[in-house]
Amino acid sequence: MKKDIILAGVGGQGILSIAATIGTAAVNSNLFLKQAEVHGMSQRGGDVQSHLRLSSKKIFSDLIPQSKADLIISVEPMEALRYLPMLSPDGWVITNINAFDNIANYPDIDKVLDKIKSLPKHIAIDADKIAKDIGSPRSANIVVLGAATPFLDLDYSSLEDALKSIFGNKGNKVIRANLDALKAGKEFAENNLY
Amino acid sequence: MQKLLLLGDEAIAQGAIDVGVSGIYAYPGTPSTEITEYVQKSKEAKEKNIRSEWSANEKTAMESAIGMSYAGKRAMVCMKHVGLNVAADGFINSAITGANGGLVIVAADDPSMHSSQNEQDSRFYGKFAMIPILEPANQQEAYDMVSYGFEYSEKMKIPVLMRITTRLAHSRSGVERKKSIKQNAVNLPENLKQYILLPAIARKQYKVLLNNQEKFIEESENSNFNNYYDNENKKLGIITCGIAYNYLAENFEDQKIPYPVLSIRQYPAPIKQIEKIYDECDEILVLEEGAPVIEELLKGLLNKGKTIKGRLDGTIPRDGELNPKIVADALGIIYDETENIPGIVAGRPPSFCPGCSHIDSYKALNEALRDYSKGRVFADIGCYTLGALEPFNAINSCVDMGASITMAIGASEAGLVPAIAVIGDSTFTHSGMTGLLDAVNNNSSITVLIMDNSTTGMTGGQKSSALGKIEQICIGLGVEKEHLHVLKPLKKYHEENANIIKSELKYNGVSVIIPRRECVQTLNKRMRKKLKVQVTENVLKQI
Ligand SMILES: Cc1ncc(C[n+]2csc(CCOP(=O)(O)OP(=O)(O)O)c2C)c(N)n1
Repeated sequence: MKKDIILAGVGGQGILSIAATIGTAAVNSNLFLKQAEVHGMSQRGGDVQSHLRLSSKKIFSDLIPQSKADLIISVEPMEALRYLPMLSPDGWVITNINAFDNIANYPDIDKVLDKIKSLPKHIAIDADKIAKDIGSPRSANIVVLGAATPFLDLDYSSLEDALKSIFGNKGNKVIRANLDALKAGKEFAENNLY
Repeated sequence: MQKLLLLGDEAIAQGAIDVGVSGIYAYPGTPSTEITEYVQKSKEAKEKNIRSEWSANEKTAMESAIGMSYAGKRAMVCMKHVGLNVAADGFINSAITGANGGLVIVAADDPSMHSSQNEQDSRFYGKFAMIPILEPANQQEAYDMVSYGFEYSEKMKIPVLMRITTRLAHSRSGVERKKSIKQNAVNLPENLKQYILLPAIARKQYKVLLNNQEKFIEESENSNFNNYYDNENKKLGIITCGIAYNYLAENFEDQKIPYPVLSIRQYPAPIKQIEKIYDECDEILVLEEGAPVIEELLKGLLNKGKTIKGRLDGTIPRDGELNPKIVADALGIIYDETENIPGIVAGRPPSFCPGCSHIDSYKALNEALRDYSKGRVFADIGCYTLGALEPFNAINSCVDMGASITMAIGASEAGLVPAIAVIGDSTFTHSGMTGLLDAVNNNSSITVLIMDNSTTGMTGGQKSSALGKIEQICIGLGVEKEHLHVLKPLKKYHEENANIIKSELKYNGVSVIIPRRECVQTLNKRMRKKLKVQVTENVLKQI
């Protein structure tokens, strides 16, 4: 088993929670893991990414080689496109469709979404709406993670367990909200696979 | 033992906790900050009474650690690469005094300048000080090298430099712990004159350092952290330093690397192994994360030997961090074609957080400066450096921590009056205070804005040494009370704030203006914590 995943978003959007969830699930499934994160300056509203590498064999590089990523998981649509050079020719893009517009020259969102929809393998999900609908608007990032679960080659229950341990000290309500978010994302993806 | 999932930084911190370190001394700086933060949050560290509070700057951190080492205990100093410039005086001289209790200095370099103003390579400093350098290739090795480094330091009575780079510092992987050992007891150096660097003593001590150089090389040649992999194809020999080996190995996944490889993670460079690979192979490729340190040594001034490929001949880009693709290109390995970044994707540089106090401070400053010619604002390093961006365009410099006040002094003396300095609260106590003393002593015509958001914002909100002390410091340094103002940077006070700045710009002497409002990030964190405490309290009441 080997999965190379680019996580993308904007500083403060919660991609490190996604990384921690997949990471914890992977380690508990006895896989090797490397996870390169962005700390520091870019966290101030800049673009951030994390290289997440899971494998049943020893992993060398902390960075995914260009054109070798199996998945791009993004909580922001333009950010998903930023990492296309990293994606393998048969890789998947799973992305939220809601723009995080904190710059003066954000492109026409329709053009961004058209580009995403032109990719052969993609899941474009309205994670903000789904998160709101299930009553946990702050879990949009976990909805996106949910939509990626069919592609991760990890037991779904191992991801649930990871959420429970990561949000363990925040109380049952927060855990429930995140588990619901994960499930809603997964269901969306399963209904929109083509 | 179960593996811990740790950042490279955290692996170093855990290593320090387990190897009986008594003190961590540091000033925050990306990508080194998480070492100290991990120790600060560690229950174990608390139980073991390991001191880890932030120092005012890297120099004070370095010197405190030298003091702890003098007293016989193990001390670690952590900083980003440019921090070593600030600590350099103590650092270089600590090689002459030598160490008593183990002394390990961690410098975290930032090739590609993700969060820095340059990409200097700290290995130069290690070589400059003539001390051993360790450069881990992965998180486990980062953990293991801390214990090795402290043993080395005590065995050879020498400070040891550990050099890491951003990718290792900020990448997480499984780390296995070893048994934890006890701290040293207080134990002074045998020779109580060892640390008195009067010329007569320093000359002797320096000879000791010089005489040890050969032993350091021997240690490197026999070290488990320098590995020679002999392979068939001698057309090329590859020397890798630190994490560069990973990028090489990545390109050969399941196959054997066909060429001989020397993987270096301990310096001074292991001469025997370098000689072997050089003699046996037709050409050498050097892969280093950072500057061409080994490459330059191999080439020498005249470059009359075999072909050496690397950053100097363009085989590898001269600047920036390495990655698997760069190494693949150097070896002629071809990757799949992929899509380029689509043209519609816009850059997303860092920006002020919504509600940040610096926004209101810069609006007031810009307003106050409206009638003056442009180009007179000397800023410093921190979140407030983002005032350089649109729509503010509010500052004209950012050179090194503390340089705002001192550059304003020089510019004002050149005739640029008024000159304005903009400096953050943490930066002010890091290295702005001495500059302000100069300004007062010179009676310079400068206006200093100390942007007090009551935290070290840029690096993630560490406690600022300046907290609650700024006015007293300024008055103590001789700033006149009438020219010291505290403002509340809020939209509703915009006019008032701009007017105060404007009137101080006209004063022919030193004015200090302190726009003070807490960082929105730390405020949010505090509120969330408070909320949680309240919720728990309410729950408890109900029980
Ligand atoms: C010598 C040196 N040490 C550390 C750093 C890292 N660094 C950059 S900005 C900064 C914090 C500045 O805090 P403050 O002055 O309070 O400004 P704020 O970010 O809160 O606005 C630090 C620690 C650096 N660039 N140079």
